[in-house]
Amino acid sequence: MGMRAWFFSENAYHLLPDSKEYDSIRVKLPNRYYDPKIGADLYHRFIDEWQIAEELGLEIMVNEHHQTATNLNPSAAVVMGALARDTRKARILILGNPIANRREPVRVAEEMAMVDVYARGRLECGFVRGVPYEMSAGNHRPTRMMERFWEAHDLIVKAWTSHDGPFNWEGKYFHHRQVNIWPRPYQEPHPPIWITALSPASARDVGEKGYVVACFLTGFDGTKNVFGSYRERRAELRLPTPALDRFAYAALVYVGETDEEGYAGARKLMWYLESNKVPPQFTSPPGYHPTASTVNAMKGTNPGIFKMFQNPALGPLMENGLVFAGNPDSVYRQIMKMHDHVGGFGHLLIMGQAGFLDHEETVKGMQMFVREVYPRLKALA
Amino acid sequence: MANGSHPGWLTVHGVRLEIVERGQGRPILWLHGEEGLDPGAPFLDLLAAHGSVLAPSHPGFGHSPDVSSIDTVDDLSYLYLDVLAARNLRDVVVIGSSLGGWIAAEMAVKSSDRLGGLVLVAPLGIKVGDRETRDIPDIFALPPDEVARLQYRDPARAAVDHAKLSDDQLTVIARNREATALYAWEPYFHNPKLRQRLHRITPPTLLLWGADDRFVTAAYYGAAYRSAIPGARFETIDGAGHFPHIEEPAAFAARVRGFLGEPKA
Repeated sequence: MGMRAWFFSENAYHLLPDSKEYDSIRVKLPNRYYDPKIGADLYHRFIDEWQIAEELGLEIMVNEHHQTATNLNPSAAVVMGALARDTRKARILILGNPIANRREPVRVAEEMAMVDVYARGRLECGFVRGVPYEMSAGNHRPTRMMERFWEAHDLIVKAWTSHDGPFNWEGKYFHHRQVNIWPRPYQEPHPPIWITALSPASARDVGEKGYVVACFLTGFDGTKNVFGSYRERRAELRLPTPALDRFAYAALVYVGETDEEGYAGARKLMWYLESNKVPPQFTSPPGYHPTASTVNAMKGTNPGIFKMFQNPALGPLMENGLVFAGNPDSVYRQIMKMHDHVGGFGHLLIMGQAGFLDHEETVKGMQMFVREVYPRLKALA
Repeated sequence: MANGSHPGWLTVHGVRLEIVERGQGRPILWLHGEEGLDPGAPFLDLLAAHGSVLAPSHPGFGHSPDVSSIDTVDDLSYLYLDVLAARNLRDVVVIGSSLGGWIAAEMAVKSSDRLGGLVLVAPLGIKVGDRETRDIPDIFALPPDEVARLQYRDPARAAVDHAKLSDDQLTVIARNREATALYAWEPYFHNPKLRQRLHRITPPTLLLWGADDRFVTAAYYGAAYRSAIPGARFETIDGAGHFPHIEEPAAFAARVRGFLGEPKA
């Protein structure tokens, strides 16, 4: 079984004033900087790029963020509704629904069922905790989030899989009467579930359920720890050894004809990291991060990977496996180095558009990947 | 009884609390605010000169464990009514600052049976303005130095050199912030129903306010509290911001002493 590649784009609005003019690109940047006419062109361009990804044989991934110029998809369900209709064969992945921040899990169950039916069963449904900057946008408190997350998950799965009339839910965080969703999902028993994990602790719960676990920009050791913890948890519980298709890794990827062309593309993708200007009250709402890492942050001893986000440079990002870039052979080697370091993974999530990487450059990066790198990844034993 | 500078432990209905107990005489329950409990704070000794001070760390604060079933100020107010009952304390003076003042007010509207007096030190907990007015600045959305400027007359008082603190001290700071978010995130630092219930408070009540409190001002938030509690006295402390017990401990203790000296209503 070979590796599957997914094309994803944050759908950023990159035409911003000098970053000296604002103190945060997230949460409070006034939307007067957003021109809806330009925004409409961008939406259609990005949807076109997802369609091109499908034509090239890639799968499709969409995510969701709120109150930020870095991502103009505050509702993954809406853009995926459009893509479900505009595509025919690709698997379509939402990674994901920030269910700890959503007030109505039943509404999420309905939206996902609807998209799955539109797509005739091609939906892969991710659930994410949501990034720290979104505590204000979701207005949900940053403490005890995972408890709320799992209760929302349980309610959604029950809504998807109950077919004999209403049930009631009176939980710690959610109450709902007469739950009985129409439509129900196209896939039986429900769309495959993916969950993002950044820490070994959260990977344990995902491993127990056997869902796909996804790591975003966690580098060599961070990813190894998360995937290792997933595998360990399953072994502890004497559950079947997970196949590689249970593991996904997301990186910034740009394939050029030469290393130089690949690096040039990657530097444009780095806009995503460079532009992420956010003050501490939004990056570290109390309770979001584990207490120990808050203490490490106060002492300035958090692992170097966090510092890399503050001063992103292509060399260190590539050395740490957050960016795969260069000519096809280089990119293949970089992907395999990560693959072999973390015990293997079956899904590569390609962040292939950001910032000033224009349409032609984005499409060329995809084409180069599909023609020169993807066949080797698909052929992995 | 833990009567030194090191806290001891108290368990009530399975909830384990770190607690400082100091002094003798009339029981005084001190309910700390967002900054948590510093067992070495001078005001604690000054209070202990006038009674038997019980100063717990709320669940999640200091070294007190998190309690899964406790996540609101309503829960905390019942917890401390249970503490008073478990110790069979009577004629207790409950003193609370900021978040702790909110807890104290919630206790008093539920049951005054064991209370002999109430000192609310710039208490939070009520909604005053309209729906588009944040009565209380959003500490979760403001830069830390701006929060310090609003809360302290002298913001340098709030400055902490993290490099000089132990891991344990840093952990307490982090836990205090996390617990504050747990109890105060939404509705933000208030209970929409509390203001209409404050008329139920019967023990003698003193509202104490730092004259330089820029976080919740005496003129706006303090006045709203005062008008909602029948017969409450209102006093301000010069030279202090939102935490007068920290910025002006002697003046703070003197006001409490003056209040304790009054005959019961």
